[in-house]
Amino acid sequence: MAAKRTKVDAAASSTRLAPLSKTPTGIKGLDALTLGGLPTGRPTLLCGAAGCGKTLFAMTFLVNGINKFGEPGVLMSFEERARDLETNVASLGYDVAELVERKQLVIDHVYIERAEIEESGEYDLEGLFVRLGHAIDSIGAKRVVLDTIEALFSGLDDTAILRSELRRLFAWLKDKGVTAIITGERGDGQLTRYGIEEYVSDCVILLDNRVEDQVTTRRLRVVKYRGSSHGTNEYPFLIDEHGISVLPITSAELGHRISHESVPTGVPGLDDMLGIRGYFRGSSILISGLAGTGKSTFASAFVNAACERGERCLFFAFEESPDQIVRNMASVGLKLDQHIDSGLLDFQAARPSLYGFEMHLARMNRDIEEFAPQVIVVDPISAFRGPSSEIHSTLIRLADICKSKGITALFTSLSSSGEQMSESERSVSSLMDTWISLKDTEANGERNRVLYLLKSRGMNHSKQLREYQLTNHGIHMVDAYVGPDGVLTGTARIAQEAREREAGLSRKQATERRRREVARKRAALDRQIAELRAALETEEAEMATLIEQEEARELAHGSERSEMAAIRGVRS
Amino acid sequence: MTQHDDADLPQGPYKLRLFITGSTPRSTRAIENMRRICAENLEGRFDLEVVDIYQNPEATKELQIIATPTLVKILPEPLRRIIGDLSDRERVLAGLDLAPLGEDDQAHS
Repeated sequence: MAAKRTKVDAAASSTRLAPLSKTPTGIKGLDALTLGGLPTGRPTLLCGAAGCGKTLFAMTFLVNGINKFGEPGVLMSFEERARDLETNVASLGYDVAELVERKQLVIDHVYIERAEIEESGEYDLEGLFVRLGHAIDSIGAKRVVLDTIEALFSGLDDTAILRSELRRLFAWLKDKGVTAIITGERGDGQLTRYGIEEYVSDCVILLDNRVEDQVTTRRLRVVKYRGSSHGTNEYPFLIDEHGISVLPITSAELGHRISHESVPTGVPGLDDMLGIRGYFRGSSILISGLAGTGKSTFASAFVNAACERGERCLFFAFEESPDQIVRNMASVGLKLDQHIDSGLLDFQAARPSLYGFEMHLARMNRDIEEFAPQVIVVDPISAFRGPSSEIHSTLIRLADICKSKGITALFTSLSSSGEQMSESERSVSSLMDTWISLKDTEANGERNRVLYLLKSRGMNHSKQLREYQLTNHGIHMVDAYVGPDGVLTGTARIAQEAREREAGLSRKQATERRRREVARKRAALDRQIAELRAALETEEAEMATLIEQEEARELAHGSERSEMAAIRGVRS
Repeated sequence: MTQHDDADLPQGPYKLRLFITGSTPRSTRAIENMRRICAENLEGRFDLEVVDIYQNPEATKELQIIATPTLVKILPEPLRRIIGDLSDRERVLAGLDLAPLGEDDQAHS
């Protein structure tokens, strides 16, 4: 029975088709979200409006194919001349001329000038086929880019012929077994201006460049991918001097491994307040507070401590320049420059308004991938302005990226005055594992800083308001002083301490006074007793004298009487 | 017709190149049409070269061939391409600057 079943299983598996083979683009995020790359040996349509980066995208596909996967490529350009293309992609660091020289790449510029062309009778695009076929065969190309083939429509009149020829072209490309990217300009109500998505139906990728609140964000979406699952959302992507990077929104599930290890905060007193003497490794920490409460200082202290342990730290600064942070932190005794020199600390500074959230996220993701830090700091997240849903989704993904990589992420946030939470705070509060709130207290004409732990998941923690001071030697947590009216800070605390000391002194004095009083009373009493005793003794002495005198008189009296008797001659 | 040519149209030698794809009916038709037009209109002052792009694919790049058949007028300037099997004689002549286009053709474009 069992044997039979295995036989059946084997038969079933042999009839199962091999999964679609994929050709990696070398664009990291894109390969992740298409689960391996573009369909091998099939054409992919890449469409988008002007300026979306279609050509750069396609060029990256070719250059990566050559440099990373050893697959030669052909670029047939219908718009830009080879020379212009070379210049344009040089900005991404691609030396296209050298690849052409090495016979790894063929760039063929197809020039169509409407004014030169006269149509007379039937024709086909065999010329294009031969030309492309020759280019492919001459270097054994595996990858082909047709950029932008729809230019044919503006050069030739007979669209019926064009359409049937394009259909034939895509079928021919499949027969050739080359993995092709066909770019197309975005049209009204359809993906491409001339609707060629109808013919290229295996994989369609849409690029978009949207401006919201004067900030542009490039986005990418895999519209369809026949025979494969793929990420269906819009993903931000980035074009800069490092090439193209797409940010796949990492695993939406909350399945990342967690750590029980603690990471010291860099502030000894703060460690004491946290049940595990630090933050959990890989957790997200939010430090929120008003201006001037030392958010960056707490962040820097954390970074400093991490670097001293030999961990790598990445500091995303959105309000201050790296130099400024280094200088300012030197004033509280945190020498960040030495960590920069040793290569453990890296700053990435950018104005928040430079890109949209998505772009920032894509950039941060890339920097994290490159630098591989154990600790990151984002200072501050409140610099991002915009709808809270977007801030939320950006930060949730950033926090997610960090968690999946086991990176401890510390975010600072500038609160608006008062008790009200700022937009960014509210939107991220639920994401944070530890939330430290820094506050100002104003009393007696002075401002003092206190902090408390709003929450700290997974550990017992102090619920006390604690005063702290920013000193030349870093952050100093002052021992909690709880008076009758709450926590006392600053001079009020000092005054209260003095008052208590004074009270203690006077209590001691009172006791002393009492003791002396008693002693004095005792002495008085003793004196009285002594006096009485002395009086008694005097009396006793007098009494004794009296008795003696009496006895003496008696005696004298007696002898006198006998003498008298004798005299009288009477004998008794 | 020759008198008309003498008056208005270029006199110099015509350098023409016809790109075809093997011996397909369309290619054959194009060659026939071209031969006839040359014989009738360009007698003695043309140089026609027929290029089979299957045999010589490199040539497509040089003269920017995408459609076939294509007749390229290299000389006299300006360079013109006439695509198709050259069955529309009027348009071929217009493309070669041998006859101005009539109203009928303007409607086409």
